[in-house]
Amino acid sequence: MTVPSLPRVQHIVASGVIAAVGCWVAWVSYTQQPAEAFLFPRLISTVFVVLALWTFAKALMGWTKVGHGLGRIDVINLFPGLIIALIYVFWLAKALGFYTAGAIVFFILLAIYDPAPHRELKTWIKRIIITACYLVVMYGLFAKLLKVYTPREVFF
Amino acid sequence: MEFLYYFGDVFAPVSFGLLILGTVGGLILGATPGLSPTMAVALLIPFTFHLQPVQGLILLGAAYTSTVAGGAVSAILLKIPGAPANIATTLDGHTMAKQGKGAKALQLSFLASAVGGVIGVLLLIFLTPVLSKWALAFGPSHLFWLAILGVTVIGSLDSSSVVKGLLSGCIGLWLATIGFDDIMGAQRFIFHPALGGGINIIAALIGLFAIPQVLTMFAKGRSDKGAEVIAVEKHSVIDAVREVARQPRALSIGTITGSVIGLIPGVGGQIAGLVAYDQTKKFSPNRDQFGKGHPEGVIAAEAANNAMVGPSLVPLLTLSIPGSPTAAVLLGGLLIHGIFPGTDLFDNHPDVAWTFINSMLIGQILMCIFGLYVAGLAARVAQVPQSVMAAVVLGLAVFGSYSVQSSMGDVYVMAALGVMMYFLERFGFSAAPLVLGLILGPIAEANFIQGSMIAGATDGLGAYFLSGALNIALIGAVVASIIYSSWMEIKSRRYTSKEEIMG
Repeated sequence: MTVPSLPRVQHIVASGVIAAVGCWVAWVSYTQQPAEAFLFPRLISTVFVVLALWTFAKALMGWTKVGHGLGRIDVINLFPGLIIALIYVFWLAKALGFYTAGAIVFFILLAIYDPAPHRELKTWIKRIIITACYLVVMYGLFAKLLKVYTPREVFF
Repeated sequence: MEFLYYFGDVFAPVSFGLLILGTVGGLILGATPGLSPTMAVALLIPFTFHLQPVQGLILLGAAYTSTVAGGAVSAILLKIPGAPANIATTLDGHTMAKQGKGAKALQLSFLASAVGGVIGVLLLIFLTPVLSKWALAFGPSHLFWLAILGVTVIGSLDSSSVVKGLLSGCIGLWLATIGFDDIMGAQRFIFHPALGGGINIIAALIGLFAIPQVLTMFAKGRSDKGAEVIAVEKHSVIDAVREVARQPRALSIGTITGSVIGLIPGVGGQIAGLVAYDQTKKFSPNRDQFGKGHPEGVIAAEAANNAMVGPSLVPLLTLSIPGSPTAAVLLGGLLIHGIFPGTDLFDNHPDVAWTFINSMLIGQILMCIFGLYVAGLAARVAQVPQSVMAAVVLGLAVFGSYSVQSSMGDVYVMAALGVMMYFLERFGFSAAPLVLGLILGPIAEANFIQGSMIAGATDGLGAYFLSGALNIALIGAVVASIIYSSWMEIKSRRYTSKEEIMG
C-alpha cells in the first residue's frame, strides 16, 4: 500500500474539517428549536453537507485538482508572522493598547521579514524610523481624524 | 436624463476633493502588487463612517475605478499585475516596457481605460433606471432565486473548481445565519460571545480580503525583495492620443467586450481583459505581433477591464445583487449608511444614486489625467518591500475593523475569518463566493421566509417557488451557470490564471 503524498494528506485533512463543520451545521439546524428559525439553515446546510462530502470523497480518492496546499517553505516563512499577528489581535492589542502594540508588532514583523541585512546599523535605524512614521500616521488617521477611541493601556 | 440634474453635486468642494483623493490614492494602491481593488475598497470603508453617504460612496467608487487602472502600472513596469483585471495587460505592456516604450504603454493603457470606463459608466447611467423599474415586478420568490443566482454564478464562474466555489458560497450563506433570528429571536450557531450580534459584514470583508494577502506576503519570507522597476523614457501624450485613435478596432472590441462581460454577475475584469485581448488578436491583421509588444494588446485589455467597472454595478444598483466582489464590498458600504439598492435607492435617495454614478464618470477622466502623470510615482510605491506592506495592511485591518462598532469582537471575527480564508485559498477555495453568500444570505433568507408565509396561505411552497415564468427562468440560469462551468472544468478550459501569465 502506497503512502499518500503530503498535498493529498493536506487535502484530505482540509476537506475532512470542512465536512465535519458541514455535518455539525446540519445537525444543529435539524435538531434545534424553534424549527421555523432554522428553516433556511436546514436548506443551506443540506447543500453544504452534500458538497462538503463530495469534496472529501474526491480528496480521499486523490482526485483533487485545484489548490497547492502548504509547502514546507511556506509554513516556515508563514509561521512567525502568523503567530505574532494572532498574539497581536487576540491579546496584545487589548493588553498594551492599540498604538503601543501596533508599533511593537510592526517593528517585529519588519525585523523578521525585511530583506535588508540585520548586521548593518543603518538597517535598524531605517526600521525604527519607518515604525515611528507608521505610528504617527495611524494615530493621526484613527485618533485625530476619525476620532476612534481604541483601548489605551500603555503610554497612549 | 435625471442624472444631469445632479451633475453639479459632484463638484461640491468636499465631494470633489474626495473624488481626487480616491482617484490618486486608488492609482497608487492599484499599482501596488498584493493590494487588490476589492481589498483597497474594503479597507477604505471604515473611513467613510464619518462622511455623508454620497461622499463615502464617491470615495469608494473613485478608489474602485482607479485601482483597476492603476494595476496596469505594475503590470507594465514590473510584470506583476496590480489586480487580476490587469493580467492581459502584462502580455504586451511589459514587453513594450522592456523595449524602452514603457511611457507609451502606460499612456495607451490610461487613455484606453478612460475611453472604456466612460462608455461603461454611460451604460450604467442608461441601463440602471430601466432595470430598477423592471425590478418592481420581482416578488419574494424571485428575489430569493436572484440571491441564489448571485452566489452560484460567482461560485461556479469565479472559482477554479465549481464544487469548491459552490461550497464557498454555502459557507458564506451559513455564516450569514449566525446570530439571532430576525423573526423568532432564536439563537443560531452562537458558539462564541463575539458572535452574539452576528457577523459584522465590514469586519468580515476586511478579514476575508486583507488578511489572506498579509499571510501570503509572510509566506514569501525575507527573500522577497522590492520589485525592480523598468525605467521609463519621456513620450508625448499627444502622440499617445493619436496612437489610440489609430486603433479603433482594439478600442471598440475592448470596450464592447468589457461592457457586456461586466453586466454578467460574477464574471470579473480578469476574464474581460483576456477575452478582449483574445478577440482583438483574432481580428487583427498583425496577430503575429501580439505578445511581442503590440499596442493593440494593451489598448484592448485596458479598455475592457475599465469598461467592465460601470456595468458590473448595474445588478447591484437595480436588484441588490453585486456583480463582482468589489461590488459586494460597495453594497456593504451602502448598507452601513442605511441605503438599500434597487427602487428604494432611485426613488428615495436619487441625489445619492446619481451623484455617485456621475462621480464615476468624472472619476474616469480624472483617472486618465492623473494616471498619465502619477504613473511614475505609483511605480516607485510598487517598490515598497512586501514586509512593510504586510505590516501596514495588518495594522489597517485591525484598526479598521475595530472602528466599525468599537468592538474587539469584530477584530476577533476579522482575524478568524481572514486566517480561515487564507487556508481555504490554499486548498482551492475562493473568497468571492463566500463574501457573496455572506452578503446575499440575509436577502435570500428574508425572501425565503416571506415567500414561505405567502406560500402557506396560497398554493404551497413548491408551487410558489418553482412555478411562474420568472422563477423558472432564474432557476434555469442557476442550473445553466453550474452546468456551463462544470463543462468548462471537465474540458480543462478554465480561464488563464495569474500564475500562468507570470510563468
